[in-house]
This record gives sequence, C-alpha cells and structure tokens, in this order.
Amino acid sequence: MTALAPLRGRRPFRLAAPPVSGVLRPRLVALCAALVAAVFLLFCWGVTLGDYPIGFTDVVKALTGAGDPGTVLVVRELRLPRALVGLLVGIAFGISGALYQTMTRNPLASPDMIGLTEGAGTAVVAGIVLGWDGGLGTQGLGLLGALVTALLVYALAWKGGATGYRIILVGIGVSWMCTSATDYLVARGERFEAQAALGWLVGNLNGRTWDQVTQLAVAMAVLVPLALGMGRRLRILQLGDDVAAGLGTPVQPVRLALLLLGVGLIAFGTAAAGPVAFVALAAPQIAQRMAGTAWPPLAASGLTGALVVLGSDLIAREAIPGTELPVGIVTGVIGAPVLLWLLIRANRAGSGG
Amino acid sequence: MATTDPAPTTAAPTATGPDLRARGLHLAYDNRLVVEDLDLVIPTGRITAIVGANACGKSTLLRALARLLAPREGVVELDGRALRSVPTRELAQQLGILPQTPVAPEGLTVIDLVSRGRSPHQTWWRQWSKADELAVHEALAATGMADLADRPVDELSGGQRQRAWIAMAVAQGTPVLLLDEPTTYLDLAHQIDVLDLVTDLNRRERRTVVMVLHDLNQACRYADHVIAMKAGRIAAEGPPDEVITAETVEDVFDLRCQVTTDPVSGTPLVIPMGRHHEAVPVAAE
Repeated sequence: MTALAPLRGRRPFRLAAPPVSGVLRPRLVALCAALVAAVFLLFCWGVTLGDYPIGFTDVVKALTGAGDPGTVLVVRELRLPRALVGLLVGIAFGISGALYQTMTRNPLASPDMIGLTEGAGTAVVAGIVLGWDGGLGTQGLGLLGALVTALLVYALAWKGGATGYRIILVGIGVSWMCTSATDYLVARGERFEAQAALGWLVGNLNGRTWDQVTQLAVAMAVLVPLALGMGRRLRILQLGDDVAAGLGTPVQPVRLALLLLGVGLIAFGTAAAGPVAFVALAAPQIAQRMAGTAWPPLAASGLTGALVVLGSDLIAREAIPGTELPVGIVTGVIGAPVLLWLLIRANRAGSGG
Repeated sequence: MATTDPAPTTAAPTATGPDLRARGLHLAYDNRLVVEDLDLVIPTGRITAIVGANACGKSTLLRALARLLAPREGVVELDGRALRSVPTRELAQQLGILPQTPVAPEGLTVIDLVSRGRSPHQTWWRQWSKADELAVHEALAATGMADLADRPVDELSGGQRQRAWIAMAVAQGTPVLLLDEPTTYLDLAHQIDVLDLVTDLNRRERRTVVMVLHDLNQACRYADHVIAMKAGRIAAEGPPDEVITAETVEDVFDLRCQVTTDPVSGTPLVIPMGRHHEAVPVAAE
C-alpha cells in the first residue's frame, strides 16, 4: 500500500475502546472555539447595556448567580431574555440557512430568500392584525406559515425532483406574494395593531420575555441536535441526487427531514424575533469561507448567525445615541452586500445563481 | 481498533461477484415508454458495454440497474433478490454507480470526494475506520490521484476530474460498478486512460463493470460483452466480434459502414461510410 502524505486540514482520529473514528479539521475546530468566545463576549457586552449600566465583570458574575442581588435581578429579569433570544435566533437562522443552502446546492436558496421567513411573517401579522390566532399563539402561527410556504414552494418547484434553481425562482415569487399579503394586512389593520406588526416585521429583540426564550429554547433543544446529526447525510446529498442514492442515501426521506428541520428552526426563530433579514443567507456563507470547507459547516454556521445577530443588536442600540434601531435593519445593511457579492460570484462562475 | 472494523472490501478479489439480471423490464419517464420488455443477464466479473444510438434507452437501462429508476413493469435482480427489496445501505455495498458528468461542490478536495465513497460502510460514530483509510488510499493509488489528493476537484483538468469520481466509486468497494458514459467530454488520450483504468479494476479485482459507451471501437476493444440497443430493445448481444458487424451497425445506428480488424487489439473496427464516401476508394491521383 502506498503511504499517503499527511494532508493539509484533515486530521484523522481513531479511538480504541469505543470504536469511534472520524476526521477532525483543525481549522474548523479552531473556528468554532473562536466563535464561541466571540459570541460569549458579545452576549455579555449586550447585557451591560441599558438604562442602568452594569460593568462587564459584574455581568459575568451575575450570570453565574454571584454578586449584588440587585444586579442579578436586573440581568436575569430584564436583560437576559433579549440576549438569549438574540443568541438562539442567530443559531437557528444560521443552521437553517446552512441546511437549505447545502440541500439545494445553492447559496441563494436560504429560507429568507425563498419566502419561508416571509410566510411565517404573513401568518404572524395576520394573527396580530386580525386579532385571532386560532389558539395557536405566535409560535404556532409562525410555524404554520413557514410550513405552508415551504410545501407550496416545494410543490410548485417540483418537476420530477426539485432542483435548486427552480426552488429559488419559485421561492422568490412566493416570497413576494407573502410580502404583498403582509403589506395588505398592515395597510388595512387598525393603527395600534399595524404599528405592533410593523415593529415585529423588521426583526426586533426589544422587550423579549422569558416566555419567548423558553419556547424557542425547547424547540431548539430538539431541532438543533437532529440537524447536526444530519450533517453527514447532508454532505453526501451535496454530490447530487443520483450519486447520493448510489452511495446508499434514501434521498427523498432525507430531503423531507431536512426541509422540516429547516422550517422548524426558521419558524420558531421568526416567531420569537421577527424575520431578522439576511442572517440565514449570510451566516453560512461567512462560516464556510472562514472554515475553508466546501460546504457550510452546521455548528459554525449557527455560531456565526449568533455572532451576526448579537453584533448587529449592539450596533442597533449604540450607533445612534438616544435611539434604538430594530436589529433587522442592521442585519439588512450588513447582509445586502453579502447578497450582491454572492450574485456577482455566481454569475462569474456561470452556475446561474 | 483494527479488529473491530469490517474487512476491507476493496482488496478482496472474489472469483464470483453478485449476479445481476433483469426480467421483463419496462422503463418509462412519465408516460413515455423508453425500454420495453427487456431481459438481460450481466456477465459476472466481466466488462459489459451498452451501445446504441442517442435516446435508445441505454442510460435509462443503467439507471434501472442501479435502482435510480423504478421499473414500470418487470424486475431487476441482484443475486436472485428483487432490487427494490434490497436495503439501501446493503445495495450501496454491492453496487456502485457513477452517473454521467457529476458535479462536485466548489472547493471540495479530491480526498474529501473519494472519502465520501465510503459512506455506505460508515456510521455516525465510525467515520474513518482502518478499512475506510485503506480503501481510500488504494482508490487514490489505483487511479493515479494520490499526488492530487488535496487539490479541489473543480480546479482539475477534465480527465483528472473524471478519475477523481472513478476513485470515489472505487473506494466504495462494490463488486459491481456501473458507469454512465465515463469518457464523455474527455479528449482521446484521457478516454483511453479512463478505459485502461476500468480494465485494471476489472482484471485486478474481478469487479463486474457495466458501462454505457458511445464509441463502438472502444466498446469492442475494452468490453468482453457488448449489448447493442435499439429503440428500447436489445438488438444484439454477445462478444464484440459476434455483435459488431456491418449488418448490426446498419440496423442499430442506421449507418452504413465497413468492419475490419483493429490492428492493435484484434477486435472489430468500425469504419463509417456516410453519404460522401463510398466503400471502394477512388484510386489516388
């Protein structure tokens, strides 16, 4: 047997006792570690901000439950929900984007481009404006909206198998239909409801509650491990349906599972914070570039999503003194150039987007 | 630990691989019947070439043999079991397929691509066993790709790219290998290179190979068994020198030709005539 020279960026490991083996990518591991540290920093930084400034070390102390009881109370009750929703929504959007982009083999097919966030938005706004949610609550409505939109896109794009390109074209159309429906609802809604809907629609972390944190956290405790477990299947699917099937992947069931996981993540995230723009599109692409892999790595995409949302929220609160912008406006400003760059690159590569 | 790993499947040449055959096969896309009532036995441990005009159903047949397409009627059998009843994972350990012009994700390295060929042998906790490592290294060596292992597939030349994909199929370690036009878009030297490689895999490891080919002369030279298809049916099959005759070629391709002997391999050599050239050449002026 010929010995293979050790390869850059791949470090195989093989344990003796449990027969566990795999390939570690040092750059990816280092990236994830750096992202965790950076996310933690931004998280704590966000908690220091408010009417009553708290120092960084006091925040870290309060998070562990130590320190001045007054500070602990402010941190726990008033500031943690906002920071936690930002963290969780970022992770949910990042992973959801990575699932869709890999599954369709197209970076533009992220849930916020093909109408899933818009669909969830329409359902939630309908609930707010019409004042009736059928007993589903915001979470349930968001999930229903995203699910219906996903199935609609998939059904319309289906022609003996749904290709990435068709999903994008159909998705953009469906996305605009949802946006129009939302606009109509806001326009005919009562002033107060319309105002509430608009505030939510931009993507907002202001005034989050523990209820929202808990619902989102429970959903993600189920969905995130499942999504991470699909990573291997996802990378095989990236080779195309025929190759994946030849390598023993049940293509349609796997695709359906990925579709539902992505819908769940995007819907619960949207229900908690509104459709925060561009995070699902940009985070996986940024993570992939930083990791130097040929696919958006799931965990790193989630962490990058959290970094983008928490960082944007900081900018949103600090950029203009005395004014607080919704986080979605900042992610939009950051995300739009990423979208342009993807479009230009896709065009140059001749892959048709 | 090496003892807990399954034995490497690549390096184990077996005299008798699994038996692949089809009975009463009807294949269709939507409502268009492409293959009609076809019976077929693939010779085990041999190279079979499927030839025929465009749209005669040869790729469709190959897809059905790999279970990428469910038959409308009839059955494909692997060792006497209907293909549809074989568990997905087990099928992928027995039978590998390389579709026509597959596309690798941008930036994917050769070693990552070839490693993915091992997925039917892996579980979520065992993703790089000793057997996986051995099979991947052997596949890279057999295809001459070891030196290019950490290069991105999309930066390689067409011939190297095709060899990388074949390496992936080789690493899968299946006794049966189905190749859909493995020489498409390659220049002549690379075509011969790929076909020589396929011959190596067959001779060294006794793998059964079924490939769709366009070039009749290459089919004659490299295949032990030729299946000529016309309009969804088998027009002729057997050893190349029995199948590839002027009559068969005229029948299957609607092309007048002369068949002589390939001076290099001794197999039939098809010389097409067309409208502007006659069988008896005009004496040189």
